[in-house]
Amino acid sequence: MDMPRKRRHAHALDVRHGLIDMNHGSGGRATAQLIEELFVRAFDNECLRRMDDHAHMALPPGKIVIATDGHVISPLFFPGGDIGSLSVHGTINDVAMAGAVPLYLTVGFILEEGFPLSDLKKIVDSMAAAAQAAQVRIVAGDTKVVERGKGDGIFITTTGVGVVDEALNIHADQAHPGDCVLVSGTMGDHGVAIMSLREHLTFDTDLVSDTAALHGLVAHMVRAAPEIHCLRDPTRGGLATTLNEIADLSCVGIRIWESAIPIRSEVKAACELLGLDPMYIANEGKLVAICPRERSQDLLEAMRAHPLGADAAIIGEVVADPHYFVEMETAFGGRRVVDWLMGDPLPRIC
Amino acid sequence: MCLALPMRVERLMTDELAVVELDGVRKTISLALVDDVKEGDYVIVHVGYALTRLDPDEAQKTLALFAELALALAPGAPQGLKERGV
Amino acid sequence: MKFIDEFRDGGLAQKLSRAIFAEVQPGKSYRFMEFCGGHTHAIARYGILDLLPPSVRLIHGPGCPVCVLPIGQIDIAMALAREHGVILCTYADVLRVPASHRESLLKVKASGADVLMVYSILDALQVARENPDREVVFFAIGFETTTPPTAAGIRAAADTGLANFSVFCSHVLTPSAIQSILESPDVRSLGAIDIDGFIGPSHVSIVIGSRPYEFFSEEYEKPVVIAGFEPLDVMQAVLMLVRQVNEGRYEVENEFQRAVTRLGNEKAQGLVAEVFELARAFEWRGLGVVPYSSLRIREHYGRFDAQRRFPLVYRTVADHKGCECGAILRGVKQPKDCRLFGSACVPENPMGSCMVSSEGACAAHYTYGRYRMARSDETSRSAVNS
Repeated sequence: MDMPRKRRHAHALDVRHGLIDMNHGSGGRATAQLIEELFVRAFDNECLRRMDDHAHMALPPGKIVIATDGHVISPLFFPGGDIGSLSVHGTINDVAMAGAVPLYLTVGFILEEGFPLSDLKKIVDSMAAAAQAAQVRIVAGDTKVVERGKGDGIFITTTGVGVVDEALNIHADQAHPGDCVLVSGTMGDHGVAIMSLREHLTFDTDLVSDTAALHGLVAHMVRAAPEIHCLRDPTRGGLATTLNEIADLSCVGIRIWESAIPIRSEVKAACELLGLDPMYIANEGKLVAICPRERSQDLLEAMRAHPLGADAAIIGEVVADPHYFVEMETAFGGRRVVDWLMGDPLPRIC
Repeated sequence: MCLALPMRVERLMTDELAVVELDGVRKTISLALVDDVKEGDYVIVHVGYALTRLDPDEAQKTLALFAELALALAPGAPQGLKERGV
Repeated sequence: MKFIDEFRDGGLAQKLSRAIFAEVQPGKSYRFMEFCGGHTHAIARYGILDLLPPSVRLIHGPGCPVCVLPIGQIDIAMALAREHGVILCTYADVLRVPASHRESLLKVKASGADVLMVYSILDALQVARENPDREVVFFAIGFETTTPPTAAGIRAAADTGLANFSVFCSHVLTPSAIQSILESPDVRSLGAIDIDGFIGPSHVSIVIGSRPYEFFSEEYEKPVVIAGFEPLDVMQAVLMLVRQVNEGRYEVENEFQRAVTRLGNEKAQGLVAEVFELARAFEWRGLGVVPYSSLRIREHYGRFDAQRRFPLVYRTVADHKGCECGAILRGVKQPKDCRLFGSACVPENPMGSCMVSSEGACAAHYTYGRYRMARSDETSRSAVNS
């Protein structure tokens, strides 16, 4: 049925000045118009054009990988991205951390009454561009509207589906003593870029979020070293939290060298200014990899050969430790433990 | 009470304000607590105010002191430092 | 980062470490107290203890203004936001401190009150200008480092005739803190003070200069070395203190020459004297009531004093019965001596102030110290087994 659909609506959506209202969530004509003229137009693919409540597809061979995320970030737009690109990259990355190839995404929107259509269009277009660049298709979705005051503008939930080679065994509990710990690039960029926009903490910087889809880098990595034990993207809570999670789940200790961790000088300076520790700051386009020692050089070279891994580095090793501590040798020469995060990292004055 | 750091004065503004900079990070702060600060000076910044100018000569002297200690220390000669009057 | 990285150089650290090892004498005690959040932080963050001989012990004194802030003061701040409907501007450090009924400013914020985290009093003034129909109160905490900015802010408010702005003042004084420690009965056990020297605070000293410490070194015959806030500064100060102890001297020395002078920042001191006066008494959490240890806003600037502007009632609230924060702040007990430590009182559920602030002795020990204890248990076990 490839006949072009006649436009059923009397007036086109006013994406410049229009606002979301309760009709858009009611399931009737207004909802259909929003879906057709905004979402389907942007995410355009065969599945969506059928306008079913579901999507059919055949999956290539391998194990199926599924991941889901809710996105409530504020501000919605920041240097380097927005909530749209962040949500697409975030779920692609969750799937990719299994060593999988991400194939499809679903998107759920919860919109607040009064949310500007112009902002919604910017976000949706950003999602479309991110998905297209990643060669991932957005195949199903849902839209709800809540009353003014009951939402923060927009909440987005994304679910991703991918497929992973049966031969790979990449899980957070697979780290073994003797393994090497690697990161794909500089730490703390995203969190500091966001914080610079926070009211009353304003400082000026050229830093942008590092939000990026990592599945291309991951594909490159598993080709070079299929024996990788763990992959994780250090988002909320930063590198410190991710390393503690892995140490805990794998029942091992981790030792890292401060001088080996790549951090931009601007990120260091901003953290000094606010009294924050870059180890706990969110990243949205970086990953941590743990692999057998004998594969680490090959893995490092493969990462550095990829544009998203140009600053990759070996930052430490896995050891046997009944306390599962993550310990850091400081650039100063002493040692300290890198513990779990206690609550949100807040700037301090003392 | 001690989160303060040295930043370079990039630009003086009106109302005793100035733009200070550290490795590409900039902030507007107040110079109400200090006098005679010029562009290019380093100041110690705490909660949005410059507390004092940082004296670069004294900074160099302090660093030289650390390095001098290093020279004075030959293995097995711990008393060398006292003799140098350091 | 200029004037920062050079003072963190690992190579120089090794050399300073060797110097300290070479100079400590067997049988002598080197217990040094620091009372500066920046020093507590640097010692933990850089692992400085790994570079010092075991006979050098670093004790955390009351250098964290959040730790000594009494519960009653936080209750008032919460009341200002909740019952008086002001926009309460505060430094982030205070947000999580638990006050009465397990409440905190963060929880009050979550329940809908206007509690705003700011970096500077300048931001609070901006909020007041942008919200002329709301009362804005700035919660001013801190030792002498933070007091001049508050004074400058109040002066700016007066100069521009800002009508909806006031300050809830909880500024305290460092020398008073030191004195109360040195005078407290458990520190003066058996007539001797069990502290061999003091590492003077970095930024407080920028403001007050090195002169105020001369009284202490003379009166109590203890050396004081004012140290910068970078790790090499701290190590150099330790070396200078070790030397004074070895030579039987008790002088005030200044390692932080690049920022501290004997008289300090007189312009800042003048501004503080213009806006503030000594308050007769202030109750410090853990230390009790200390006379003439805090500041209040002068009559002349009275309209910027939240305590004159709003009907506020201060109520003493005792810490939990088992809480040893007081003794820990005075340096006479360690976190592990507190029966609540690590069980009822942990960073995610702090009972007392020492656990709330990341500079507090208990929080620092919980994060960095128990890791050291675990390590030394292993070392002694392997020594026994080998």
